[in-house]
Amino acid sequence: MYPRQFDYVAPTSLDEAYGALGDDSKVLAGGMSLIPLMKMRLLSPGTLVDIGRIPGLDAIEDKGDHISIGALVRHSTTAGHPLIAQHAPALAQAAGMTGDVQVRNRGTTCGSLAHVDVAADQPAAVLAHGGVAVVGSASGTREVMADAFCMDTLTADLSPNEILLEIRLPKAGPGEGSAYDKLGRRGGHSDYAVAGVAAWVKMDAGSITDARVAITGVGTKPSLLPEVSQALIGTDGSESAVASAAEHAVDGVTVLEDLYGSVEYKTHLAKVYAKRAIQKAIGSIRA
Amino acid sequence: MATTSVMGGVVKRREDPALIQGLGKYTDDFAPVGTLRVAFLRSPVARARITRLDTSRAKEIPGVVAVYTHDDVAHLGPLLAQVPVGKLRPLLAAGEVNHVGEAIAMVVAEDRYIAQDAVEAIEVDFDELPAVIDLRKAASDEVVIHEELGSNVLHTWTYHGYWEALGLEDQTPQVDEAMQREDAVVVSLDMVNQRLIPVAIEPRSVLAEYEPGYGRLTVHSSTQVPHALAGAIATQLEMSIRDVRVVAPEVGGGFGCKLNVYNDEILVAWASRELGRPVKWTETRREAAGATIHGRGWVATATLVGTRDGQFLGYKLEGIADMGAYSQNFTVAIPLLGLWIASGQYKMPVSWTVDCVVTNTMTTDAYRGAGRPEAIYYLERIIDAYAREIGMDPIEVREKNFWQPEEFPATLGCGFALDSGDYAAATQRLKEIADYEGLKRRRDEARAEGRLVGIGVGSYVEVCGFGPAVLADIGFSWSAYGLPSSFNGSGLVRVNPDGTATVIIGTGPSGQGHQTAWAQIVSDGLGIPLDDIRVHHGDSATSPMGIGTFGSRSLAVDGTATFAATEAVREKAAKIAAKLLEAAPEDIVFADGGAHVAGSPDRGVDWKAIAQAAYQGHTLPEGVDSGLEETIIHTPGNATWPFGTHLAMVEVDPDTGDVELLEYYAVDDCGNQVNPMIVNGQVHGGIAQGVGQALFEDAYYDQDGNLLTGSLVDYPIPTAADLPSFQLSHTVTPTPVNPMGVKGIGEAGTIGSAHTVVNAVVDALEPLGVKHVDMPLRPRKVWAAIQEARA
Amino acid sequence: MTVNGQPVSAEVEPRTLLVHFLREDLRLTGTHVGCETGYCGACTVHVDGEPVKSCTMFAVQADGANVTTIEGIASNGDLHPVQEGFWERHGLQCGYCTPGMIMSSVALLSKNDRPSEEEIRHGIEGNLCRCTGYHNIVQAVQFAAARMRGEEPPAADWEGGE
Repeated sequence: MYPRQFDYVAPTSLDEAYGALGDDSKVLAGGMSLIPLMKMRLLSPGTLVDIGRIPGLDAIEDKGDHISIGALVRHSTTAGHPLIAQHAPALAQAAGMTGDVQVRNRGTTCGSLAHVDVAADQPAAVLAHGGVAVVGSASGTREVMADAFCMDTLTADLSPNEILLEIRLPKAGPGEGSAYDKLGRRGGHSDYAVAGVAAWVKMDAGSITDARVAITGVGTKPSLLPEVSQALIGTDGSESAVASAAEHAVDGVTVLEDLYGSVEYKTHLAKVYAKRAIQKAIGSIRA
Repeated sequence: MATTSVMGGVVKRREDPALIQGLGKYTDDFAPVGTLRVAFLRSPVARARITRLDTSRAKEIPGVVAVYTHDDVAHLGPLLAQVPVGKLRPLLAAGEVNHVGEAIAMVVAEDRYIAQDAVEAIEVDFDELPAVIDLRKAASDEVVIHEELGSNVLHTWTYHGYWEALGLEDQTPQVDEAMQREDAVVVSLDMVNQRLIPVAIEPRSVLAEYEPGYGRLTVHSSTQVPHALAGAIATQLEMSIRDVRVVAPEVGGGFGCKLNVYNDEILVAWASRELGRPVKWTETRREAAGATIHGRGWVATATLVGTRDGQFLGYKLEGIADMGAYSQNFTVAIPLLGLWIASGQYKMPVSWTVDCVVTNTMTTDAYRGAGRPEAIYYLERIIDAYAREIGMDPIEVREKNFWQPEEFPATLGCGFALDSGDYAAATQRLKEIADYEGLKRRRDEARAEGRLVGIGVGSYVEVCGFGPAVLADIGFSWSAYGLPSSFNGSGLVRVNPDGTATVIIGTGPSGQGHQTAWAQIVSDGLGIPLDDIRVHHGDSATSPMGIGTFGSRSLAVDGTATFAATEAVREKAAKIAAKLLEAAPEDIVFADGGAHVAGSPDRGVDWKAIAQAAYQGHTLPEGVDSGLEETIIHTPGNATWPFGTHLAMVEVDPDTGDVELLEYYAVDDCGNQVNPMIVNGQVHGGIAQGVGQALFEDAYYDQDGNLLTGSLVDYPIPTAADLPSFQLSHTVTPTPVNPMGVKGIGEAGTIGSAHTVVNAVVDALEPLGVKHVDMPLRPRKVWAAIQEARA
Repeated sequence: MTVNGQPVSAEVEPRTLLVHFLREDLRLTGTHVGCETGYCGACTVHVDGEPVKSCTMFAVQADGANVTTIEGIASNGDLHPVQEGFWERHGLQCGYCTPGMIMSSVALLSKNDRPSEEEIRHGIEGNLCRCTGYHNIVQAVQFAAARMRGEEPPAADWEGGE
């Protein structure tokens, strides 16, 4: 409840922010994960760099060939924004299932990706949508595929002197659909994901031509499931095709047991939700 | 007698205007100038010897006023307990720790943040010992936690032997013989009634102000028992109760966890006296999870024997109850509350044995229902399994075995007598409000579609309104705190000179609406308008001795005291009014803010005139003393026995095991109701807590004794989105135990609901052949049960 | 920052949580603390009009912001319809979660003047109550919603009962 002491910097420009960052610093955006950890003294950065006052980071924008989600875009904005609804429905759904109203009003989509919680909703959706993380530092910006950006449990490809500036999502084209579904810890969609799957599917003339499926909650980090995608591509997206693709839902995933699921159960749930999310994605195309 | 109609009516709560505006004052809201703040160093390990404890660095931190360890407080002795069976908790760890979260050192600092900094600067080394967590393993005494006790089994409660003086018959042979009958159906299940964390939303908080000039100590605490805490502090600090005042201001939920007296309360009071300054400690949620008492924590085998046609022949329970590492307030006595209602609403011989066992975990004690939800859970689950076994409707089976209305008072095998009841009527009412036949049709239609929909029914009897004076003879006693041994309650009713009334009661409510209900009682008795009555509670210095708010007892005990005090005031006021009106006292009627002569509404005086006369003295009738107030201390002759029947309808997702609670119905009978709105609210909250146990909550220690559910992230209590609205109804069977005919409703919803939900889930899974799933019915467990049944 | 319409300023340590600043520096004790993980919602206040958990925000982050606490909800001594609803429909027992619950309900109704039961339940999902089972809180919000629309609130479910 009572964090250790730290220095607080509230820069008003990115350059200023980069100047304040160092080995013992942390970027503060929404703070929904960071502040509780600091309150329990599980994490105690020497300097907190609050990017909340830097202008220009709080927008969701159509940048022509992609949609950009800025570092200060809140979950609630992501959940309700028309551009996300149009181009990344799975992310809108995942953002809407994140936390509760108050958490969605403060927490940021970029922060959720950067935190790499094993059970967070939105990273899975960002992965399924083929999102790209744009990372900035004093020496410029670099782009990393979101899947690679999520390196390990609570570990992003982000050094202490860098800031996740934005997430870029490809724009949706014809014949594409996506969805996110999960079992929450409290059952239904409530709370963190025991298992959650985001699916993006592209269909042409009744068959699946491309797909990306990502999972959260069951493994060490949110991750893409290339075997599931491969199994889907070329099929007609029928229930049996989806079910058989979903059988690959933990291929390459180290399934971890926790209070909410055994390895066996989480493995099973991964398949159930892979099937559900893919079917919803296909359903949204057909609709 | 009643001349106004406020009793039994819905009256908006008088507590609410302050609370809805954020103007209510809870303990942590008080901050006298110069208040010091406290933080505790708590054990990160479950069982160890402390080999080194160095507070020197912590003491050097600017702003730190004191750092205390066991050596500083050893002279105060261990924390007092009502039922001192087992090892009592040292105020601060005495060279060893026995559970994660045990307080080792206490920091007092100018600021809470600094106090926490200092906690981190304390150096401590441990020599770890093997922790004993598993109940059956603990009971085996393979490792004895407290060597001086010789065993981990502190006590064994049996149905006939819990109090030898009663000379009760052991019904075990009867039950065993019934099992040998040719037509006997014997159903048995091993079931867990898991450990729970109470989670009052207000963390506990205590603020002590010792005034050296006056030699007096004022303690604000988030407690349910201000008088008991005053007694405990006085005894432990070797002061007089005269010099210790405990105030329980607004208390943000108790549910039993604030019925204990805690080491932190004693330590904060002591530190204030040592330092001569106000000292305050407010627990964090992590401390609330690991260092405030837990509830439940039983494993047991329940066996029911009956005939093929649904006649119960006997019930047997063999259980182990987890006491945790140290015994606090009632710890070892909690199972006894379950023992008394072991047979529920049914007439049958009972054999009941529960071992109380020490483990390296936080102490268990009273959590909403306290022993009774556990007892009823086992009984009602096994009845359900039996009904399934013989293929009979679960309601019909219950109806066949109910005590009948004409059999009350019904003496139980444990020696107590059920006061009053009409169990069949409540169950009939439930069938009506739930449209039981219609629900079954809907369930069967859903099943035909392959959906897993289930209906669960559960009945209960509660024992509450503690309590009978005989409790003291059994070992329940407040004498350890220097108080009378009995469970009394109090009411003081005073008519003020301006004709308004002040009511002061010994309770320490935490949301039960005493200010409203008690005003209704007094208004009803005196005809003084509700707005002219103010009720005070929670202050040991100003209220007459009353032990506190717990065990659904306040209305039946303190309410009865207040009712009697009201009667006494009215009797006296009648004499005064009679003189003023030149009439006979027996002809005086109280109504509409005053008194008049029966049959002559014009010949009246208002309460102000009566009060003025009362305080004047010289104009009083002969033999009537000055003043207009009465105090009654009441100890009831029997407990009260509320009851009810609940019904839940659920759907299970066969692919995930996810349970959705679709509908919930409850019929409860708490005797007469003072305020039906408050009664309903109590039932709603009680049901939610039972549903929480059934579906979500589990205080889980791993085998090394780490509490893995130490925050609300991992200890999910129900949110609004997890629950449906509830359909309630009531029957009214007044108790003869007290003049208002009231029984108590605080715990009923919780006692009635957990098994009801589990029965519904098992019913949903019946087509798959599932016989039982242990709580909490998280999806993983339900799914595992489905897999096992399918295998 | 501005709190309940009044400008306030103070020097605080960066680590001071907004809720502690409100409670201890400003003595606005209506905002409560119930946990440290941002789960209970007892500390809910409005920052620039949106409900947030003031225990999961440093006071310095709210520098310059417009903060409304439970103490600022009633206007000129008149209860807010949501406060009225909680009173009328017994939407509180111990009252500890109530300020946060009211702040969330006010925010919900400002965005949706006719919420369904499900929308209400999800709208207050971030506020834990251990006393009421939420039943009467839902009724309280429905009462307030009707009042704010200028309609007659639905009858309480204990009315016309036994």
